[in-house]
Amino acid sequence: MATNSADGHFGHQTASGHLTVPAESKEPYDADVLAQLHADAEQVVARYPQKRSALLPLLHLVQSVDGYITGRGIDFCAEVLDLSRAEVSGVATFYTQYKRHPNGEYTVGVCTNTLCAVMGGDQIWEAVSEHLGIGHDETTADGKITLERVECNAACDYAPVVMANWEFFDNQTPESTKQLVDDLRSGAEVRPTRGPSRVCTFKQVSRVLAGFPDGLADEGVGAGPASLEGLRVAREHHWTAPASDQHHGRHEAGATSGGMTPGRHTSVNAPTNEPDELPGGKDAKGAEK
Amino acid sequence: MTTTLTPILTKFWDDPQSWTLATYRANDGYKALEKALKMEPATLVQMTKDSGLRGRGGAGFPTGMKWGFLPPPDGGPRYLVVNADESEPGTCKDIPLMMAAPQFLIEGVAITSYAIGCNHAFIYLRGEVVHVYRRLLRAVEEAYAAGLLGKNILGSGFDLDVTVHAGAGAYICGEETALLDSLEGRRGQPRLKPPFPAVAGLYARPTVVNNVESIASVPPILLHGDRWFADMGTEKSQGFGIFSLSGHVKRPGQYEAPLGITLRELLDMAGGMRDPRKKLKFWTPGGSSTPLFTDAHLDVPLDFESVGAAGSMLGTRALQIFDDTTCVVRAVDRWTDFYQHESCGKCTPCREGTWWLKQITGRLENGQGSEEDLEKLLDICDNILGRSFCALGDGATSPITSSIQYFRDEYIAHLTHGGCPFDRDASSLFARENVSA
Repeated sequence: MATNSADGHFGHQTASGHLTVPAESKEPYDADVLAQLHADAEQVVARYPQKRSALLPLLHLVQSVDGYITGRGIDFCAEVLDLSRAEVSGVATFYTQYKRHPNGEYTVGVCTNTLCAVMGGDQIWEAVSEHLGIGHDETTADGKITLERVECNAACDYAPVVMANWEFFDNQTPESTKQLVDDLRSGAEVRPTRGPSRVCTFKQVSRVLAGFPDGLADEGVGAGPASLEGLRVAREHHWTAPASDQHHGRHEAGATSGGMTPGRHTSVNAPTNEPDELPGGKDAKGAEK
Repeated sequence: MTTTLTPILTKFWDDPQSWTLATYRANDGYKALEKALKMEPATLVQMTKDSGLRGRGGAGFPTGMKWGFLPPPDGGPRYLVVNADESEPGTCKDIPLMMAAPQFLIEGVAITSYAIGCNHAFIYLRGEVVHVYRRLLRAVEEAYAAGLLGKNILGSGFDLDVTVHAGAGAYICGEETALLDSLEGRRGQPRLKPPFPAVAGLYARPTVVNNVESIASVPPILLHGDRWFADMGTEKSQGFGIFSLSGHVKRPGQYEAPLGITLRELLDMAGGMRDPRKKLKFWTPGGSSTPLFTDAHLDVPLDFESVGAAGSMLGTRALQIFDDTTCVVRAVDRWTDFYQHESCGKCTPCREGTWWLKQITGRLENGQGSEEDLEKLLDICDNILGRSFCALGDGATSPITSSIQYFRDEYIAHLTHGGCPFDRDASSLFARENVSA
């Protein structure tokens, strides 16, 4: 079995999948970087009742600084969360968004799951892979593009779909995707089909995924054309949902619990909450009024 | 045509600022929460039971019943976790819903949390949709600022915090117990049930895990009445749902309709097949984990019972449509790659079985292998189905067994032809452009 050696550049992992990272991956963080990481981590940990829940966002945070999951990033997470490095590594290697080696500035993912593949995703993949001269999970020599085959990204009505740093590029063709990667490499303006006005870098997006908003939520469309097809057809035919329940009163405000209409419901209900139960127990007395 | 569309959750998606709190309020947003906070929580649980709402994430378990399974309060925390990890191949309804109208989900979370006695809810979103994450974070921020989340919501004394959590790429996290492990900062691997999440879920506390669309349907039900909801749909599959059409159809997209609508009706609304000369060959009623249907199933009512009786599952109403330019072996081979890639490795039948399935479908698609491989595939499927902790392995067998059932000859044709007999360019989107040009 051939085993790639880590030479400090993009894309090295042993044939058996073991993480091999550049030596500098283990160099300690600069003091100011570390201080900022600790300040951010404190905010992340505060979101959860138990601190281990902060591990996934903290790994995104590590990628926002290092561009991949570094040895020092694993040490940092382990220290902050009182975990062993093995526990952190075990999690980091489970999820595909965590990169085991330096990632390009832009991750370009071509959906090659069945629906997109059939609609042309396979041809897109081949064209862009040949165009860039790299394969799956490989990065261009200029460090700009990491190419991936991705699984279904929940935009099948826009197939074939390409994701750039997890922004949607809908109804792509081999030509449009080659143009996309060229533009990303040259720094030209690139606008996702459904997303903000630009594609942020891998590190910037990783920071958002750690739960730190970048102020771009209000940019872009609410829905693309395919998302609106049903609504358009309904409008055209003047179809609407039925009007409100005319038999109001079954569960009106202040009504007592239960309230089943005789003869209408035959299901045998499983254990229910107590009728006098209040949300949050003793802390929610105000809900009574 | 007897069935018409019912835009409810999709009703204002075309508003230029559809995702804002202001737009949501202009469309009756948060009226249901105001109403809920004046009601007894148990009444809300009963209302949801009476509405007939069943889980919209695929399994179709009655939502209100799930809420009712929580044990009586013991003074400790109880959690609501929203499954927003939409990853089932073909499924594309929750992501556009959260991008266009995230406040539906936030209001639903607030009402549900109040109903089940939860003071800290979580939304677990898959990590590969960063703009949707931005929209959810913004929606939560707006709701806090308006006093719709946080302490003493609308003066009711009810407190609720909502954390939106981004995953990191793993299909298995859509399985509810794997999702809980992932949310606890672990590898996303399913847990043995029982105990069910209702008894020991997040941090081993009573937990309700519901799909995005299920929770988003709660405000309209409360606002318009459980009978309003129950009067839509069929006798046992009540209410409406978003049907996602993709593939070789003229106008793919999201069509919100009562359960029980047929593919024939939906195709008609969507302009028919992309090329009328090319017949519908096969389709999935609810994602790749639901057994394939063919053109013989065009009139099966798309409700839980009818689809089940016809040999498949309603799943997530992810209608992936393939015309006769498509090689079914290629399609199944690719789905099999997916299941092998996404198997978490916990259970041997799934971990090893999907790996072997992939080898065999791969060689069949390439015209290698033999007819005996079909029996071998079925035998492996038989050894996976029902033999693992979760349904991922079961899902892996669905496309294989159903495609052999309906298209055995096409597998054989690959062997006699010495490879795939189809022209893959004919089924691409670009081919469609050629046709209309």
